[in-house]
Amino acid sequence: MDLTLTPEMAAFRDEVRAFLAAHADDYVAGAPKDPRAWQRLLIEHGYAARTIPRAYGGYGAEPDILKGRIIAEAFIAAGAPRGMAGQGISMLVPTLLEVGSEEQKTRWIAPTLRGEILWCQGYSEPDAGSDLASLKTHAVEDGDDFLIRGSKVWTSTAHLAQMMFCLVRTEPDAPKHEGISYILFPMDTPGIEVRPLKTMTGQAEFNEVFFTDVRVPKANVVGGRGRGWFVANTTLKHERGMLGDPNATEARFETLVQLMKTETVDGQKIVDNPVFRDRLMQLQARVLAMKFNGLRLLTSAQTGEPAGLAGLVVKLQGCELNHQIAALAIDALGELGILYHDGPHLRAKGSWQRNYMFDLGLIIGGGTAQIQKNIISERGLGMPREPSSAKA
Amino acid sequence: MRFALSEDQKMLQDSLAKALAEASPLDRVRKFAADPKDKAADIWQALVEFGLPGIVVPEEFGGLGLSLLEAALASEALGAAVAPVAFMGVVLGPLALSLGGSEAQKAEWLPKLASGEVVAAACISEQIAGARDGAGVTAADGRLTGKALFVPGGGAAGLLVVADQAGGLHLVRGDAPGITRALMPGLDDTRRLAELTFAGTPAEPLQANDALGRLRDAAWVIVAADTLGACQVMLDKAVAYAKERRQFGRVIGSFQAVKHLCAEMVAELEPARALVWYAAYAFDHAPEEASLMAAHAKAHTSEIGRFIARTSTEVHGGIGITDLLGLHFWFKRIGLNRQLLGGPERVREIAARVQGLIPA
Repeated sequence: MDLTLTPEMAAFRDEVRAFLAAHADDYVAGAPKDPRAWQRLLIEHGYAARTIPRAYGGYGAEPDILKGRIIAEAFIAAGAPRGMAGQGISMLVPTLLEVGSEEQKTRWIAPTLRGEILWCQGYSEPDAGSDLASLKTHAVEDGDDFLIRGSKVWTSTAHLAQMMFCLVRTEPDAPKHEGISYILFPMDTPGIEVRPLKTMTGQAEFNEVFFTDVRVPKANVVGGRGRGWFVANTTLKHERGMLGDPNATEARFETLVQLMKTETVDGQKIVDNPVFRDRLMQLQARVLAMKFNGLRLLTSAQTGEPAGLAGLVVKLQGCELNHQIAALAIDALGELGILYHDGPHLRAKGSWQRNYMFDLGLIIGGGTAQIQKNIISERGLGMPREPSSAKA
Repeated sequence: MRFALSEDQKMLQDSLAKALAEASPLDRVRKFAADPKDKAADIWQALVEFGLPGIVVPEEFGGLGLSLLEAALASEALGAAVAPVAFMGVVLGPLALSLGGSEAQKAEWLPKLASGEVVAAACISEQIAGARDGAGVTAADGRLTGKALFVPGGGAAGLLVVADQAGGLHLVRGDAPGITRALMPGLDDTRRLAELTFAGTPAEPLQANDALGRLRDAAWVIVAADTLGACQVMLDKAVAYAKERRQFGRVIGSFQAVKHLCAEMVAELEPARALVWYAAYAFDHAPEEASLMAAHAKAHTSEIGRFIARTSTEVHGGIGITDLLGLHFWFKRIGLNRQLLGGPERVREIAARVQGLIPA
């Protein structure tokens, strides 16, 4: 255990801080004034797309997890917006780097990094959720093309995206996990219909997407025909890491502390109520435990040791904790916690209520809590596998 | 930056676990638990050979001179083995002397504590967990009067560190006049608690303003680590049993209802381990955070400890509650740790106070 920074790392931290101080006029309230210009600036300095090769439009630095964390912490501390993090950047780009052809990498990565192409992810289907490998959207061969038929659901940003990376069954006679291909196509291809999917938050954070004979060249398959399941699993790893991020949880907890220190009932601060205070302290212990668990994972990633059980619990515990933080905020607000949408008494623009509902969705999405428990017990503890479970 | 145990630290923990497996297997623990006359001198002797009594005694006084993190790792190994050892005093005795002892006091006691010739115990419960049944010690003119309850190892300790009601600390020789000792039979038979009565007992004051706060933080980390070790064993035993026990023609570990209980134990335990490590590290390297982290480590391991103790027992089914299996030794160990030096509600209140959420 040694949590001090070496002189080299301390100098790097100072460099990031200096950059943020010098560009404080480029963003306001945590959002860039010109998102694409900000993104280009970050890539140029290595604060976005840091380890992606220069040939593909990245900064080209050697992977250094600690530097990545120093950047993240400096940006959080300064309230500065991070680089873009859509599904294209966080999921497609790592996949292309791992298994894409040279032509695919050259064509797609750079404009995606610069924010010029927005992607959506076509994975889940009405009958293929936790059991994703049973997906039915399929392709019929037509010369050099596929004709895609079927539908996807839970597709965030499908209404905005120019492109989709999609799992499609292209080999009808192959076993379940070996008949799927990972394929890219433009969202303005004829035969695609996007319908917004309104959730309990009142907003349409997701969409349904329907395909009627959507013509896509076979050359758009990534990683080989029938290899889509394995290709997709490389990106699911990235998604699960993203969904339990302890930095985001810690930031949200601090907002809750501020809420409880400032809101009053009958002139008494919420934090002066011992019941609420005790609940706050219970959550703080969990937030800290996840934070230090994250530091432990950071070290194992640096030294190349397997993350083991400490890594497998992050999605399950992190998403649950986010939900609990929002729940305590609503309880602390009392009757004010009922308010939503708009109005003079509404706090934080209704974000606690929205998070409370949306975070429940994140407990379910990206592998449900129950699927996570299967993974922990089967892969982590070596307990017997579910007889028919997907190899997720 | 490195958030991981060093090779030396892993070796310390592994070798202590091996020494305990030999000197203090469950059958030996059972014998101790059943016989109040059993002083576990053989187990103590094995630990003396290991060097454990001197773990936090500075090297110049014959100890290993290690930090609280190493002491916490040792405590974790003791909890895992449900070892009948009053480890609290092994840490708090030398620590109190290092914090507030005069050169003469250090020279007199630290070598004896390091060699295991004298074992210390800390009478600090009233000042930390609150006074029960009118307990409490007052100091006047170099003499102590009053009662101290819930003293781990207090029945036999040759040196006592006593907190008075004003928060001052005193050193009392075990053979000083006016001390009456009575065991407090408890739930956990692997560690003996004592009630000590002082009637004008001569004492030497220890000088240090915040020494009691530091002892409290160290004690909380040590207790938290003991729970961690006991929890890991309860989890491991549950998983092993679920892989072996067959019902309905299959091992019960193939049922999701059982698998998920095991996964939930893991999900609670792994992050708690990082919290305990950090709390121990902060004690020596981040003093401004030490009290908050120690409080959270103590309170949080109490909560997850209760969950894991009952869940592991449930996974075992009926055999889990039998004396024959002996799982109850770990269950009770975790139960004692939860209450000792403050239950989680009280400790969380202090967590809120030390970070300024409520007035000190």
